[in-house]
Amino acid sequence: MKNVTASMAGTVINVLVQAGDQVNAGQDVVVLESMKMEVPIQAEADGKVAEVKVHVGDFVNDGDVILVLE
Amino acid sequence: MRKVLIANRGEIARRIIRTCRAQGVATVAVFSEADRDLPFVREADEAVHIGPPPVPHSYLNVEAIIAAARETGADAVHPGYGLLSENAAFARRCRDEGLVFIGPSPEVIAQMGDKLTARRVMREAGVPVVPGCEDPVNTPDEAAKVAAGIGYPVMLKASAGGGGIGMQVCRDEAELRQAYQSARGRAKAYFGSDAMYVEAYVESPRHIEVQIAGDAHGTVIHLLERECSIQRRHQKVLEESPSPFLDELARQRLCEAAVTAARAVGYTGVGTVEFIMDGKKNFYFLEMNTRLQVEHPVTEEMTGLDLVALQLEIARGNALPVAQAEVRALRHAIELRVYAEDPVTFLPSPGTITFYRPPQMDGVRVDDGVETGTQVTPFYDPMIAKVIVSGTNREEAIRRAQEAMRQFEVTGIKTNIPFLLEVLGDEAFRRGAYTTRFVEERKEKTT
Repeated sequence: MKNVTASMAGTVINVLVQAGDQVNAGQDVVVLESMKMEVPIQAEADGKVAEVKVHVGDFVNDGDVILVLE
Repeated sequence: MRKVLIANRGEIARRIIRTCRAQGVATVAVFSEADRDLPFVREADEAVHIGPPPVPHSYLNVEAIIAAARETGADAVHPGYGLLSENAAFARRCRDEGLVFIGPSPEVIAQMGDKLTARRVMREAGVPVVPGCEDPVNTPDEAAKVAAGIGYPVMLKASAGGGGIGMQVCRDEAELRQAYQSARGRAKAYFGSDAMYVEAYVESPRHIEVQIAGDAHGTVIHLLERECSIQRRHQKVLEESPSPFLDELARQRLCEAAVTAARAVGYTGVGTVEFIMDGKKNFYFLEMNTRLQVEHPVTEEMTGLDLVALQLEIARGNALPVAQAEVRALRHAIELRVYAEDPVTFLPSPGTITFYRPPQMDGVRVDDGVETGTQVTPFYDPMIAKVIVSGTNREEAIRRAQEAMRQFEVTGIKTNIPFLLEVLGDEAFRRGAYTTRFVEERKEKTT
């Protein structure tokens, strides 16, 4: 199991994947808004999405788990 | 006018408090939960909590702001910049509530807020606009027809766009047809409207704007120009006045066009007319900002005038206290915007400022909104301070700016100070030979 974590604090404005999706390292999985800017968060490794931990509108802090990869 | 409510936050709220205090006008700050400990909240005579951190619930919450004004007995509202400052409905609401809105009329705000309307009004007034269509285009064929009439390259833009989103340069018809489909999709997703328009692409563009002021008696003056071409992500990073690119003739023509633009809409208040200028000094109207600008201190340090004081005079219904002939460039001024962001990737860097010491030097003014211990939150703009330097000439101003940037100490978060130092040391910048492509071109050179 590998986690994708938020690289900065912000509000989730878009979730681009769902459980069961295959993602590749470097692929955008979630878009945060921080300081009026859109910041895409990428998967750091290849894997299948086991669980998405956030919803649009959620506030996340730096280091929070966004999704879990199998 | 005895008590002004400031519907804004951070450095601009402090800036407005300063002038109000000097004039014996009381101030009311409004603040969100995230801003409770910021200096502007302490410095205002009164402060009212208006809601949780996200702006729709606090700084854009018209009902909470109006209630705060009523509760404190404020008789005027200063909107600052951004947030509700160019919201015609808010200006109208203030007027309906018997509050003086420190800015132009809601009608003028609405007129200038719509790009195509603003374009039409300016063209009819004889102010040059970028050649392009007067009505939105709806199909790739229509776009191609307009483009053929203008001549390539053209710029394809989302009518409701802003911040550079949905803008694309097209060098020929094939590029235009291809760009049309994707740009329209993006415009729909971002702005909820897929109206597109086509205009000529201005080569070697410079972004130069003119500060104007108009009073209720019909007098309009200009306060010279600001050169704003140094931008990243279509957001300004460094501004200077006078512009190193303009000669006296071009300056005069540009400033006169700005006055014509302001007169055409019966402008009252301080405002800014933005132009784009090509390498041959042809210039075109871009838009009018119907409010105080972030970079207004450049004009203040250059001319010695207080723009917030002018706003208050105009809002009181008084005549402008300064005549056109008295407005002169006494000094060269440069503003550096210090952002909480990575100096290379420009990605935001929220966090807690563990140590903060701004530069203290002759010829250096700092307008800031933070201090040691401040939490820079992800809810608002990343700008934490503006450093405005001035000197008897451009060289002296640049030297001071470099010294000020070296002295500025901020720890705990990343800032763009290293990037600002690179700009100040750049050869093209020092020659004054730069366009809005400056940051992009530097990146291309180093990678």
